[in-house]
Amino acid sequence: MGKVIPISGNYAVAYAAKAADVDVIAAYPITPQTAVVEKLSEFVANGELDAEFIHVESEHSALSAVVGASAVGARVFTATSAQGLLLMYEIMHIASTLRLPIVMGIAARAISAPINIWCDHSDFMAASDTGWIMFMAMNAQEAHDLVIAGFRIAEDPKVHLPVAVGYDGFLVSHTIEPVNIIERDEALKYAPKRVTWYTLNPDKPITLGPLASPDWYFEFRVQLQDAIEGAREVISNAFAEFAQHFGRKYGEVDAYYTDDADVVLVTMGSASGTALAYVEEARKEGVKVGLINVRLFRPFPEEFIAKHIENAKVVAVVDRAVNAGSSFVGPLYSDIAVTMFKRGFDIPVVNYITGLGGRAVLKDHIDHMVKHALSLVGKKMRDIKTHYAFVGVRE
Amino acid sequence: MSTLTIATLPKDELLAPGHRMCQGCGAAIVMRHLLKALGKDIIIAHATGCVEVTTTLYPETAWRVPWIHVAFENAAAVASGIEAAVKALKRKGFINPDKKIKVVAIGGDGGTADIGLQALSGMLERGHDVLYVLYDNEAYMNTGIQRSGATPMYAWTTTTPAGKVWRGEWRRKKDMISIAVAHKIPYAATVNFAYITDFYAKIRKAAEIEGPTFIHAFSPCVPGWRYEPHLTVKIAKLAVQTGIWVNYEVEKGVFRVTTPVPKRLPVEEYLKLQGRFAHLTREEIERVQRMVDEDVDYINKLAGTTVIGPVERK
Repeated sequence: MGKVIPISGNYAVAYAAKAADVDVIAAYPITPQTAVVEKLSEFVANGELDAEFIHVESEHSALSAVVGASAVGARVFTATSAQGLLLMYEIMHIASTLRLPIVMGIAARAISAPINIWCDHSDFMAASDTGWIMFMAMNAQEAHDLVIAGFRIAEDPKVHLPVAVGYDGFLVSHTIEPVNIIERDEALKYAPKRVTWYTLNPDKPITLGPLASPDWYFEFRVQLQDAIEGAREVISNAFAEFAQHFGRKYGEVDAYYTDDADVVLVTMGSASGTALAYVEEARKEGVKVGLINVRLFRPFPEEFIAKHIENAKVVAVVDRAVNAGSSFVGPLYSDIAVTMFKRGFDIPVVNYITGLGGRAVLKDHIDHMVKHALSLVGKKMRDIKTHYAFVGVRE
Repeated sequence: MSTLTIATLPKDELLAPGHRMCQGCGAAIVMRHLLKALGKDIIIAHATGCVEVTTTLYPETAWRVPWIHVAFENAAAVASGIEAAVKALKRKGFINPDKKIKVVAIGGDGGTADIGLQALSGMLERGHDVLYVLYDNEAYMNTGIQRSGATPMYAWTTTTPAGKVWRGEWRRKKDMISIAVAHKIPYAATVNFAYITDFYAKIRKAAEIEGPTFIHAFSPCVPGWRYEPHLTVKIAKLAVQTGIWVNYEVEKGVFRVTTPVPKRLPVEEYLKLQGRFAHLTREEIERVQRMVDEDVDYINKLAGTTVIGPVERK
């Protein structure tokens, strides 16, 4: 097994790309992701990682370059944040529909304006319709592990899709934690390099990225939907084998105290750690609160969430992003609400939006949410006038 | 390399017939001979544009070489990634290290001089072993003839119409090859298929040189320039004979005109065949002539001798 060293979330991600023996890296500096490209540059500069490092002139070119490299059959990696992710947005859709395995780290950060380099999930959520498999890590260890699992999932012949691993900007990206580092040999045993997708090869010429008329375009998009739905089983298996190889068990979601909870909180990212600390204290005081941490965001793990809210009386969804003017407001809320609607849950599901632009998410905030949610026990959704509230905002 | 003549052009057709490019399309001629000159051991990254949409209507393709299209502005970035991958995979033993694979990026004038300029600059500056080919039809032809940074003075386009106030395009064409040369790349050249052996020689030289190379190909457009399809090669030839287009190369900083024109024809001979210039007055034609004269003076200064001669009036 690997060794435990104290490193930041960004370094944990860089170490994972190194362990996966990536062939091509293309990345551009942006706070709070920059340390990933710095560390990877250092690995290549010192001969610790045999890879081509492309010092691209933008994030648009970063993703474009790894698309090109993946199409030749290389194992590829990039990382970004916020505005950089938005600049990649056009190419994200193309990467998934071309069915190219790519792994990308996203140090989640607020989107301008005003410009703000701190954590929220606005960037991550903006990418949620691009056909990428998306994970959100809770801490540096998870970010490390999910990048390595990401290569195995992305390159699986049944999947062939890009994978994004989100981790909270600064809160995870810059916090030093003890991380159990996976070594190269172990990583390659778990996620071996085997090129099973179409590649650009002069001996077997193919055309990638053609024009598709109304006679064909639709089928390409349906195949993307089928592929990402089909990835569910591969993801489950990848997690099961990850536990066998490395001893750390991951699920699509984590559930705590949900069996008998009146209020089930749903959180993502580092706030899940805060929420869990709160829940453990509240339980000691007899408050019947439970917690679901959403690790897999695309494909959305509906079945797992439905299972853990079966006995709930109120579901409280915590979002760190706003889809202004939408019917749902918080993007995670929309997935949870639809999950519940499809299964006929007739209990209140409410949305607390908090922690935008790096504002701290504190146990007090969680307490406020839970107390409010408890006041809704026994009500029906139609009795609730406003389904969302901003928590921790200046009055 | 043995001297190429019309009789000894390669017989392999790597651009299949049946594509949907227009009758008389200059870009079709560029692509056909580009592939013949390069041979099959290449990988192409193609920008969005006329050629891309007309050659790959799914489930058919005209490309008998590996080819990828990702988006409009990023052919140079995609090519950079392909080149890096080939290098890494050769080093790690996944691709035979003795196999010669040339990476080629292709873009139109919009995809190169406008929206793709940043990605191109990055690719040239980083020194990727990629041949970039700009096929220049002097406007956004794929979307229906809108002006680009490469549209010449006075040209009618749908966004620079000739009306009571506007007289077609009123700005000078962007000098793309000088921008490429400013990156200190080992080789850059202009090509015109009316001078086909010069075209082949430059493509082959650009492909053989390791590092970023840039080819700027003259590419007349039947619907966009408004002329009859049978005039494509004639117009291409007149472009050189009038001096509005000069065939030259810049190899390791050394400038050389490859098609000297001792006696120039008046530029009107070139303009009058094209409907996009049909609205020009006598004064405007003379202004174009003066601009060409200035450009020719500059070329001659770079060459250090009079390689492009004066206009010979009939």
